[in-house]
Amino acid sequence: MDFSAYLVPLLLAFVALFGVSRRVDVYNALAQGAEEGLRILLRILPALVGLMTAVHMLRASGVTEVLEKLLAPALEALGIPPETAALLLIRPVSGSGALAIGSELMATHGPDSYIGRVAAVMLGSTETTFYTIAVYFGSAGIRRTRYAIPAALAADLAGFMAAAFAVRLIFSAG
Amino acid sequence: MAMAWIWTGMVVLSVGYGIYAGTIDAVGAAAMEGAAAAVELCLSMAGIMCLWNGVMSVMRSCGLTESLSRLFRPVLGRLLPNACRDEETLSALSGNVSANLLGLGNAATPLGIKAAQRMAVGCGGKASDELCLLVVLNTASIQLLPTTVAGVRSALGAENAFDILPAVWLASVISVAVGLLAARLLARLWRD
Repeated sequence: MDFSAYLVPLLLAFVALFGVSRRVDVYNALAQGAEEGLRILLRILPALVGLMTAVHMLRASGVTEVLEKLLAPALEALGIPPETAALLLIRPVSGSGALAIGSELMATHGPDSYIGRVAAVMLGSTETTFYTIAVYFGSAGIRRTRYAIPAALAADLAGFMAAAFAVRLIFSAG
Repeated sequence: MAMAWIWTGMVVLSVGYGIYAGTIDAVGAAAMEGAAAAVELCLSMAGIMCLWNGVMSVMRSCGLTESLSRLFRPVLGRLLPNACRDEETLSALSGNVSANLLGLGNAATPLGIKAAQRMAVGCGGKASDELCLLVVLNTASIQLLPTTVAGVRSALGAENAFDILPAVWLASVISVAVGLLAARLLARLWRD
């Protein structure tokens, strides 16, 4: 059986029962969290409008295709589908940019296609590396970051390769 | 400011290449489509985002974040032994990891910053090995339920928005492991 089909309904039931057993006002907490969800959406919507506009322009002009062709030999050697080239470049720099490119990929190729799934897994298993480094070192007053950036980028590259590998392994497609 | 350059670069590149390749009329149309697609996407994933944020909020009210934090104390003690000698740093660190796991970015970042600030005391602006390790740990995603991505997938009509979970977990584990290994290796090789 596909366990992820059970995951959502069972998780909902489990969380609700667990909360009630601990005398937590489950319904109220749920509503409060939902409100927080709206706030998150409201925060990403303006950024997404700007970036989706730019991403669609890049795609329509043909720049994305040129980029894919340019990086295809290197990416194929690493087992990464070249269609995700633009996603790889923007992911460490901008979270909303990556979401814009990723959702464009999922819409173009279909969310259940190989490319669509790889894009989703890449988004889910990596972070906005440069933003995180800037926030942490900036607020801790660190100027000499030493090897933190190369190590973090190695983790990103491994995440991208692993995303493609994991989708091939689990969905045996591509 | 970085985003201003990236965005401008993307637009100028599209227009420049569009004129060169004769696709400029499509570029204009695509700009309008893109803006509309962003709002459509946000609207159609709003319900899912709200639901999962609600579930996370229930988990937090149940004290799941604290239980997870306790679970991570021994692991962190081995990973960052110097930092964990300080009780307050350790509790910020374990809170940071468990909030990251639950996808509570708003809670994870302040805790991580607090730990980083305590760990940076007396470093003279130079990152210590443990501080590098903490940052690498935070730049690699370790989210158990990637709710935003699941929201996008479901908004675009995926059959089962969460069927990517095992793949996300596998990729996350590999990415974190490579990050930690790279940090350990570079700690030995780095000359400064």
